[in-house]
Amino acid sequence: MKFIVKEKAVGFGGAIVLGIVLMALFPQAIAVADPNRIDVSVLLAGPSLAHPLGTDELGRDVWSRVVVGARVSLIVALAAVGSALVAGSIIGVVAAWASGRVDNLIMRLMDLAIAFPSILLAMMIIAALGLGARSVIIAIALVNTPGFARIARAAVLGIKGELYIEAARALGAHESWIITHHVLPNILPPLMVGFSVSMGFAIIVEASLSFLGLGLPPPHPAWGSMLFKGKDFMEISPWGMIGPGLALTLTVVGFNLLGDGMRDLFDPTDRR
Amino acid sequence: MKRYILSRILTLALVAFGVSVLVFISLRMVPGDAATVLLEKHGDPEQLEILRHQLGLDEPQAVQFLHWLASFGTPDWGRSLRTNAPVREVVLGRILPTVQLAVAAMIVSAAVGISLGVFSATRRNSWIDYVARSVSFVALSVPSFWLAILLVLFFSVRLRLLPSIGFAAAWEDPWQSLKLTALPALALAIPQAAVIMRFTRSALLEVLGQDYIRTARAKGLRERKVVYRHALKNALISVITIVGIQMGFLLGGAVVVETIFQWPGLGYGAFQALRSRDYPVAQGIVLFTTFFFALVTLLVDIGYALIDPRIRYD
Repeated sequence: MKFIVKEKAVGFGGAIVLGIVLMALFPQAIAVADPNRIDVSVLLAGPSLAHPLGTDELGRDVWSRVVVGARVSLIVALAAVGSALVAGSIIGVVAAWASGRVDNLIMRLMDLAIAFPSILLAMMIIAALGLGARSVIIAIALVNTPGFARIARAAVLGIKGELYIEAARALGAHESWIITHHVLPNILPPLMVGFSVSMGFAIIVEASLSFLGLGLPPPHPAWGSMLFKGKDFMEISPWGMIGPGLALTLTVVGFNLLGDGMRDLFDPTDRR
Repeated sequence: MKRYILSRILTLALVAFGVSVLVFISLRMVPGDAATVLLEKHGDPEQLEILRHQLGLDEPQAVQFLHWLASFGTPDWGRSLRTNAPVREVVLGRILPTVQLAVAAMIVSAAVGISLGVFSATRRNSWIDYVARSVSFVALSVPSFWLAILLVLFFSVRLRLLPSIGFAAAWEDPWQSLKLTALPALALAIPQAAVIMRFTRSALLEVLGQDYIRTARAKGLRERKVVYRHALKNALISVITIVGIQMGFLLGGAVVVETIFQWPGLGYGAFQALRSRDYPVAQGIVLFTTFFFALVTLLVDIGYALIDPRIRYD
């Protein structure tokens, strides 16, 4: 029974994530209209057959804009969290493998980075580097790196003393061989869980930044900037901000479910 | 214990120094320095040089950094490039609103989160537990700024019950303050309540599986007493850590929600300052917020060590 519940979380979360990925890959097939086509005859309309999520203040189709916006959210989050995963894993593995002073120094640096409230840090980085996709990706990647470093370090420390590592060493295996062939495959599960949860978090940060006007410049439809626009017109019609908000929440739910489900699958001792 | 606290305070000092270096460097990387911001596009090169000299911008970066850092030991933290107000007043004036919002959000999230967590854990695997867990899962995934907009839509635009913008201090006009704090505090509290609920539930379930709980039951104690007296007390130890960490985030991370409600706190202040390139104010706020956050985390860790006799850090 419990196993089925776990599988459900992974399956359900995976399905949502897959849906969003499909939106990002094939927006033309899923969008019903041109996301940038202005139609003043249907300003701020509610949902209808032609416009499943209504229209915004310029009469543009909200559903189509949400579909196209998925690409911005996913690409930014994927690039940022992917870089954070690689950088964080390298830092964590080096720290755990080196141990002692090096470990201490590296992890104190990570504590330092974690001490920054993430949105504030991202805002500062964007202020320093200027607006644009590159700055947003670097900002979100930096915010997420310490988390991966901690996960990787803890995982390496957990297996460092295992017999198979000792055996490999006794057989004369090179350190780099041990790390790539024995350590990395074994610390992958917790990193994958971290990856999924961080994707949800990164998508929220990206949306927050574009909500504040610090994301990708227009005309790219991004969920955060759509929410910002929709907020101003919600006294007349809330549909401009309901669509992107729902998409955002659903995506985060998907990544969180996937991460949670994977954590339960990988960790058979924690049955709750 | 003393050694642990000492080493943590030392770490805090190092973190504070590191953060100040980062803040200084990153805001120096911004194109255009304070002098160009002040003169906008009106100044000729000569005026620019004079102003740079007055502001000390022609000194080496390291000297500027030391001057800036040392200024936090004095009452003069510099002046806003926009309003010419002293940075110290701007920063200190924004602390109370942020603290008020954070405390309100924390009270709501802890009360709701802990009681729902207990409720759910004591009815484990019932349909009610299932519903509570599913709702909490969605609640913890909702971005709080969208929640904020939905709350405004419902309570301000539709029902016209609560104001959507503004601030009143709790000690000056309690009723007005309550009405103004309600929506931003709820927007921040709902996702956090969900996290606390999940933590409380799993911590309580873990404790309920312990031997001494079986002993308590075996000696015929009432279930209420077993749950509240024996189990919850121990489960709450780990919940307190989460509440403390969230308090840290609330004090530093409520930028978007504060901006939506135009709440005159540190988060909205940082946003305004960065946007108008008012770097002295931005630096002051970021530095202060980060220090605040690190301090709260330190207090939580120490408090944790004090409450739980099993934890020994040294």
